[in-house]
Parts: sequence; structure tokens; C-alpha cells
Amino acid sequence: MTWAWENRELVLELFWRHAWLSAIPVVVGGLLAVPVGWFSHRNPRLRGGVLALVSLLYTVPSLPLLVILPLVIGTGFLSPLNVLIALTIYAVAIMARTANDAFGSVSPAVLDAARATGYAPARLAFTVELPLAGPVLLAGLRVVSVSTVSLVSIGALIGVSSLGSLFTDGYQRDFTTEIVVGIVATVVLALLFDAVLVLLGRLAMPWARSQRSVTPTQGRWAAFFTRGGVSAGGDAL
Amino acid sequence: MIEYRQISKTFDDGTQAVREFDLTIPSRTTTVFVGSSGCGKTTLLRMVNRMVDPSVGQVLIDDEDVATRNKVELRRSIGYVMQHAGLLPHRTVVDNVATVLRLNGVGKTQAHERALEVLTTVGLEESHARRYPSQLSGGQQQRVGVARGLAADPNILLMDEPFGAVDPIVREELQGELQRLQRELDKTIVFVTHDIDEAFALGDQIVILKKGGEIAQVGAPADILAAPADDFVRSFVGLDKATRTLRVEERDGRSLVVDGNGRATGVLA
Repeated sequence: MTWAWENRELVLELFWRHAWLSAIPVVVGGLLAVPVGWFSHRNPRLRGGVLALVSLLYTVPSLPLLVILPLVIGTGFLSPLNVLIALTIYAVAIMARTANDAFGSVSPAVLDAARATGYAPARLAFTVELPLAGPVLLAGLRVVSVSTVSLVSIGALIGVSSLGSLFTDGYQRDFTTEIVVGIVATVVLALLFDAVLVLLGRLAMPWARSQRSVTPTQGRWAAFFTRGGVSAGGDAL
Repeated sequence: MIEYRQISKTFDDGTQAVREFDLTIPSRTTTVFVGSSGCGKTTLLRMVNRMVDPSVGQVLIDDEDVATRNKVELRRSIGYVMQHAGLLPHRTVVDNVATVLRLNGVGKTQAHERALEVLTTVGLEESHARRYPSQLSGGQQQRVGVARGLAADPNILLMDEPFGAVDPIVREELQGELQRLQRELDKTIVFVTHDIDEAFALGDQIVILKKGGEIAQVGAPADILAAPADDFVRSFVGLDKATRTLRVEERDGRSLVVDGNGRATGVLA
């Protein structure tokens, strides 16, 4: 504890660095994955290929990717851009499949009814399909956020400092306290990200909490999202 | 007036839903398509607002071929009520009812005012307006569905088994409400059901369909009961059943109506 307090400025600085190194890939990756998921949901014949291709990105080991990226895109070896791009790729890899499922969870009957009332295709996609996919998208984004926060640490190995630097430094100096502080701070950051996402979800989707008529898959995700405050299955009467 | 002219419909998978179908639906009346599942009744209904396009033939509304109309605009000009109400779960009740008005570019305040008015017409209170559909009962959701169909004051209202998913008591209540509304509003209603009692309760014109959209008989309920076209119609409307074969018995000076099982079901007024 004393070590953490004495070095609070360093820990805090690494904490904020870690925060924005995580936030950018989560946001950018999420934004990129949603259209990919929408596309694959819309084109069942291409779905398998698209999702397999995207998932394949996730199988690229992170450390080699971080080493190769500067060579491929011409950034400096120590540039944080390498970490940001690598993590965005991983975010897309995780999120695209969830986004596909999210659009699949939207009740076809509701979309049919919306079409019959006179929604034009673009308006239907943005004002009906997207918001109704929201709960599952959010659940996916929460997974991405936790995964990203933990992956940022790896950047420390190639000199992009973050809370991960506390691990590498503590390891080299055989100083356990520093490692523990790094772990605790990373967990706190991950929880903080998660709390922000849940809060944003509640504000943006007040209807999702009162949702009773959900499909089974939607129910599973929605239950994850509202922490079990949902009774899934069947139509509300 | 809605006219079906030589309509055939074959779906992509090769099933022929409707073959050479001809029918005229007079304005300001209720026409009910009734038949078992697979008779093409929903397909025929959805051709009116171009949710389904016929493979062959034309659908005309007031002598204008719907194929010449823009799909989206056509749909906004026709009310549509479906089973399970089909409300948008992420919009409040009042927003759901105001949907078509908003799509047509009516301002929010004005659209909400009109929506609240229609909600009252279908028997819902203002306190329901700010809730989400999932917070209402099935019967209430269905009323909201009807209100949404009526909000833009369309001439035509399409109803696809709208009361199919609610319990029998609520269904009867909603049927009564629809009869009342129709007396007040005078719309051209096209209604789809598999329930012959519902058809008789609501329809001015009943269209009994066999498989493949073949018309078994068209007529007013009384015409069909008086002169069923064939055995299919006779059995479909239940003329062989005890509940439809009624007779009058005198008891204590009153004329009792008794069914085929000898059970009293009412009195002659």
C-alpha cells in the first residue's frame, strides 16, 4: 500500500493512459463491427465466410501482431498507434459475431409490422433494427471492453506504457507489490468500463428493462445484460 | 373499393398460395377472409398494401393498380393490424400509435395529440400512453395495435388475425369494440381469421377459402347459412354441428331457443 501511495502519480498516469488505450479500440472496434454484423445477418449465404474470416483475426497471437504491425503500416516501433490498431482488430473479431447475433435476435414479426406500417428500408435499419439489437450489442461490447482492458497490458512488452508497465517493471525487479498494484488497478479499470457501459445502456434503452416478450436467445443475452431481471421465453400476454 | 383481378401467387419455393383469384370488396364494409391455414388468406390480405406482390394479376384500389404506387407511401395510407399487435417494443404506447403520422412528417406535438385521441377511441386511458408495450396486457396491446392502424385515418384497414392471440373473453370484447368502431368510422375493413364465428360476428361479406385461395363461397353470413354452396362450406360453417342447428321450444309461455343437443341457448325476444 505504501508503495502505491508513494507512486500514486505514476500509477494514476498509467491508469489514464491505459484507460484511453482501451477506450479507443472498444469504441472504434464496436463501430466497425456493427455494420459487419448487420451485413452478415442480412446475407445468410456469406455469413459463414464473413464470420470465419473475422474470427480468424482473433487467432493471430497478440505479441507477433504488435511486432509486425509497424512493419506493415509504417508506424514507429514505440508508437501507441500499433497497440490501438491491434486491439481494434481484436475488438472487431469478437464483436462482429455478437453483432450478427444481435440483429438475429430482433423479432422478425416486429420488423414485418414496421415495414407494413410504412417504414422505408434505411429508416427501418436505423430506428428499429439497430435499437432493438441494442441489448445484445451492449452485452457484446461489455465482453470486448473487459478483453481490451486486459490486452492493453501486453503493449508494455513493446514499450507502449500502460498499467502493464507495472507488471513488466515489477517482474524485472522481482518486486511483487508493483505487480499486485498493476493487477488491482487493471481490474478496477475493467470494472469501471463495465459500469459505464451498463449505465449508458440503461439510459439509452429504458425499454429493455421492462421487456417481457423476448426470444430465447435474446433472453439469454438480455438476462446477462439486466442481471437476471428478465423472464425469458414466450410472448407477454 | 378493392378489386382482385385474376390473381395468382407462386412463392420462390414453388408453393402456389393463390390461383386465379377474383373478388370485389365494396367500400365502407367489412370483408372477412376465412379459411384453414394454408388457404392463402393472409397472402391475399398482404397484397393490398404490397407486402406481397402477386405473380400474375392486379390488385386495384379505387380503380388504381397498387403496383403503380410507391410501396412505402401505399403502406402509410393503409392501416395494418396484426396478430400479437406487432408493436415496437422500444417505443412507448403513444409513440407507437403516432408512428404513421410521424413517418408522414406530422410534428411531434400534433402527432401525440392525435395519438392520445385515438387511444381514447379504442378504450385505453391516458395513463397507458407513456408505458412500453410489454407493460400492457395482450388485450391492451391489441387495442394499441388497432389505434396505430387508425391514427392516420386511413380509408382501408387490414386486420390479420388481430384477435388470434388473446383469450376468448377478451377476444369477444375486442370484437364488440371493433363493431362499435366500424359503426362510427365507416372504414373499408379487410379481416383475416380462421374462426368462422368471428367471421360471422364481424363480416358484412364473408369469403370462405379452400386450399390455394380457391373461393368456396362469398356472401353475407345469412346467405351462407341459408344456402351453403357445397359440403365443404356446410361443414366449415358447422351446419352439421349441434350448436348451429337450433329450434324453438315453448316453455312457461316463452319461446326458448334450443340447440341440437337439446340445450337451451337463449330466448326469442
